[in-house]
Amino acid sequence: MRAAAIEMVHELARRNPKVVFIGSDLGSGVLDAMKKEMPERFFMEGVSEANIIGMAAGLAMDGYIPYINTIATFLTRRCFEQVAVDLCLHRLKVRLIASGGGVVYAPLGPTHMAAEDMAILRALPNMTIVAPADAGEMRRAMEASLDVAGPLYIRVAKGNDPVVTRAEHGFTLGRAIRLRAPGRVLFVSTGVMSSRALVAADLLAAAGVSCGVLHVHTIKPLDREGIVAESKSCELLVTLEEHTLMGGLGSAVAEMLADEGVARPLLRLGLPDRFMSDYGSQDNVLERAGLAPPAIKERVLARLG
Amino acid sequence: MKQDDRSRRIRSMIIDALEGGGRGHVGAALSLVEIVRVLYDSVLRVRPSEPRWPERDRCILSKGHGCLALYALLADKGFFPVAELKRQCKAGALLGGHPEAHIPGVEASTGALGHGLPIGVGLALAARLDRRQSRVFVIVGDGELGEGSVWESLLAAAKHRLSNLTVIVDANGMQSYGLVKDVLDLDPLPAKLEAFGCAVREVDGHDVSALEAILANVPRDASRPTVVVARTVKGRGVDFIENDASWHHKAQFTKEMAARMRQSLEQTP
Repeated sequence: MRAAAIEMVHELARRNPKVVFIGSDLGSGVLDAMKKEMPERFFMEGVSEANIIGMAAGLAMDGYIPYINTIATFLTRRCFEQVAVDLCLHRLKVRLIASGGGVVYAPLGPTHMAAEDMAILRALPNMTIVAPADAGEMRRAMEASLDVAGPLYIRVAKGNDPVVTRAEHGFTLGRAIRLRAPGRVLFVSTGVMSSRALVAADLLAAAGVSCGVLHVHTIKPLDREGIVAESKSCELLVTLEEHTLMGGLGSAVAEMLADEGVARPLLRLGLPDRFMSDYGSQDNVLERAGLAPPAIKERVLARLG
Repeated sequence: MKQDDRSRRIRSMIIDALEGGGRGHVGAALSLVEIVRVLYDSVLRVRPSEPRWPERDRCILSKGHGCLALYALLADKGFFPVAELKRQCKAGALLGGHPEAHIPGVEASTGALGHGLPIGVGLALAARLDRRQSRVFVIVGDGELGEGSVWESLLAAAKHRLSNLTVIVDANGMQSYGLVKDVLDLDPLPAKLEAFGCAVREVDGHDVSALEAILANVPRDASRPTVVVARTVKGRGVDFIENDASWHHKAQFTKEMAARMRQSLEQTP
């Protein structure tokens, strides 16, 4: 998925002379082809996130469209004020390609994981947040990114993630995608958790509980109408996210339902409120957090009673 | 260096704004007067009737709390009506306690310190990519140099050989709590800046002729950013405010304060 995002920057830069790439201190050889073809629009700026965000803001003020890539947590926690003031307050077209959203970097420990990235960015006016499900959707999201007004946060997963979306799904910002028609249960999921949602839905179906999946690739702005309509006849709405339960998709859905005056039995599944030094793999951490498909099934069945 | 009539007039406009708004950062605005005056009177290529003219020079007041000096110059040049000064910080006013990009002539919203120079690096790179002759000027405070982001940006400016970027340090030697050398010492500042890859010049920041001479001739070096360390006096021009940290900010600025300041302004050399 990251490769798809990065390659698309080069592609977009070919199409639009205003697109520039800014990396912090990425792996050797990243975007060499772009660097060779258009060296003046390729920047590798070292471990200096505050400067990188401000520099991107300056470029965007004069009409450039910077795509920044570094590790998610360093784009959010590290330079939060720069993102808030330089990008959001000025409503600039800067794109943040955030590698390792969620617990991708589980083996590297809590300094490298981004379990609260969406929560802290959701609080910022003018920010748009997307979390594609797979590499194909990432390409479609990147296609759409050129036209998004204001700053855009693109949450990138581990790579080689199961492909669950198709070209015909398209990618319309703020419009959720039905991956499976709703049943007694509806999963509302984002990012790579949508693939887990589909597996959990299969397990639930085998246990006699019909279950739909609504993939919410845009966390902000949230598809309020889509979620309300899709969950209309469900006994239980289950949000699924690779993110702390504080302030992410589950929170956004709960807030939205409350604001709309819509009552839905709601189960929010996400990461616990603790720093995770579990190590192992992304899947290991998800399993320990009760977010592997079998555990999701059991938690849904327990809630249904 | 004595202040002349024009500097007195600008300081008088700042006092009007403080009195009208009933609050504001006093010392930082007064120390900046000659710097912004020289920039807007004789250096910057800007058009008050066309604030977004693409070919303009960009000037960012990164030490946004000194905004009353900037506002006075922008009003004086006709970017917005002078009457706006006296409404600053009032509900619904054009002007607030820190500059914002919606104000004609203001390039970037600042106030949170350490933001202006990174943005200036980006603007300078944009000008180079566009092959525009626009130059970029960023005014920072010496207290502001405590922010690490400033030093990150100096590294970047040197790496990219941004000769179209000029940083002016309003080095008044004071910050909110007290003396910079006591709070977080920067000395030897010019040597540090030089070591970061900048062409550094020091100047009396209240000497109009000296400022003009330096700023009329930037870049100093075709392959490096320029930094002008302007040695200033916080609160300059009003004797009882000069070098007094208690005048950094007044949340309740009274008519009596304004009257005292006006009287002193006329008498302070």
